[in-house]
Amino acid sequence: MRKIESIIRPHKLEELQTALQEAGFNGLTVSEVRGYGRQKGHKEIYRGSEYNLIFVPKVKIEIVCASGACEQAVSIILDICKTGEIGDGKIFISPIEDAIRIRTGESGKDAL
Amino acid sequence: METQLTQDITNNLFTINNLWMMLATALVFIMHLGFASLEAGLTQSKNTINILFKNSVIPAIGLLTYTIIGFNLMYPGESYAGAFFGFAGLGISASPDDLTSTYNIGYTYWTDFLFQGMFAATAATIVSGAVAERIKLSSFLIFATIFVGLVYPIVGMWKWGGGFLDTLGFYDFAGSSLVHSVGGWGALTGVIFLGPRAGKYVKGRIQPIPGHSIPLAVIGVFLLWLGWFGFNGGSVLSADPGLVSLVFVTTSLAASAGAIGAMSASWSFLKKPDLTMTLNGILAGLVGITAGADLMSPMESIIIGFIAGVIVVFAVIIFDKIKLDDPVGALSVHLVCGIFGTLAVGIWGDKAGLNQLWYQAVGVFAVAIFVAPFTAGLWFVLKRTMGIRVSEEEEWGGLDVGEHAMEAYPDFEKVS
Repeated sequence: MRKIESIIRPHKLEELQTALQEAGFNGLTVSEVRGYGRQKGHKEIYRGSEYNLIFVPKVKIEIVCASGACEQAVSIILDICKTGEIGDGKIFISPIEDAIRIRTGESGKDAL
Repeated sequence: METQLTQDITNNLFTINNLWMMLATALVFIMHLGFASLEAGLTQSKNTINILFKNSVIPAIGLLTYTIIGFNLMYPGESYAGAFFGFAGLGISASPDDLTSTYNIGYTYWTDFLFQGMFAATAATIVSGAVAERIKLSSFLIFATIFVGLVYPIVGMWKWGGGFLDTLGFYDFAGSSLVHSVGGWGALTGVIFLGPRAGKYVKGRIQPIPGHSIPLAVIGVFLLWLGWFGFNGGSVLSADPGLVSLVFVTTSLAASAGAIGAMSASWSFLKKPDLTMTLNGILAGLVGITAGADLMSPMESIIIGFIAGVIVVFAVIIFDKIKLDDPVGALSVHLVCGIFGTLAVGIWGDKAGLNQLWYQAVGVFAVAIFVAPFTAGLWFVLKRTMGIRVSEEEEWGGLDVGEHAMEAYPDFEKVS
């Protein structure tokens, strides 16, 4: 099993969720996050004083899937979230040792 | 027959006048909600309960102290004409004559009391915004009680109570000096004794601390503008059709010109049209016209409002630069534009002239040399005895939890 964590542009979330759902990925965790990478923040002005908004608002999605399905999920994310401009985000993939569905106690792939 | 008719006409006039004065009183009342909204909007969400608490209690303190001593300090009666201080005894009460046109053709004793009482708390509310986000609640409430109970009515007596500024020829129609500058001086000394908010100046650089709800600030400013129709319109002290309608026009035009003045100044000098500055500009125009709202032509009120709107932008920047941290711009709006509006009576309008300008300057000076040292002394004593500032730890965590053990938005995610 693999966990795919991806930082994306917030306005891409809805489209991405629909595409993942249609491709059979039945589960997604979303969090609102702030951070910076190559895309630095922007300047704001409040009552005459400029300040930098360093941490840009982003959305982080987390999907856990079977190892074989990982490539497909990545290609969906790339397909939808890539604009070619700085600030598109990143994808992180890591191995998952086990997964357990709390309601039934099932584990491994059955729990996904 | 004829005397009966005259009597009826007088009674009708009295009823109409009194009705307008009570409506004006209610309009001034709503200004307290305006101040509460504006101050809450321009400060951080973690201090919202604290700001709203102060703004809820100040009108209450103002009305009660005004009942006990304030009204009789401010209007001690004709025997104190030309004086610096007078007192007509504790409490309020009306004889049957006080409730007819014998008292005044414009209003009854009760209307008179409540209209003036609604004004009283305004001066302390001005201080509340400037010292927000770091002041200890208990010390502030003691300050506010003494400020509205003593300082405000004593200064008010000098002009409106027939005191020495009135005899001199000083003019302040609805209180550019007597309300706004008085509050402004108290705010200035408070800001000096308190110091800036934690995090406002980092390594000598200004770190803006944006307000948490600009929509709330906008609501506040529009409520204040609405209330100003009563503040200035009621200061005619009757329903005189010509004067009240003129005052409505000058008040609105000055507020409009203030908005455009602040917009132009911030757009040209700060790169972007700043909404909070424009809101301050509306208030600056209103404060600026307050001293001479019944003396100005429409054009003159536009000039005064526009200048006040420009002044307020630069005043905010200068106060920021010299490290007088004022989260809502109260010093710029009420102190600076209060002084400007007072002097404007000597420059524009029916009373314009060098003599009048001199009287106005004397009034500005008299208010300054009484209120600034008095409030400085008060802050000093409070600082030495119970302290005026919350701990740094409490300031970072917010005064809502620190002073009240409450949160304004318990189900919101924390941003900072």
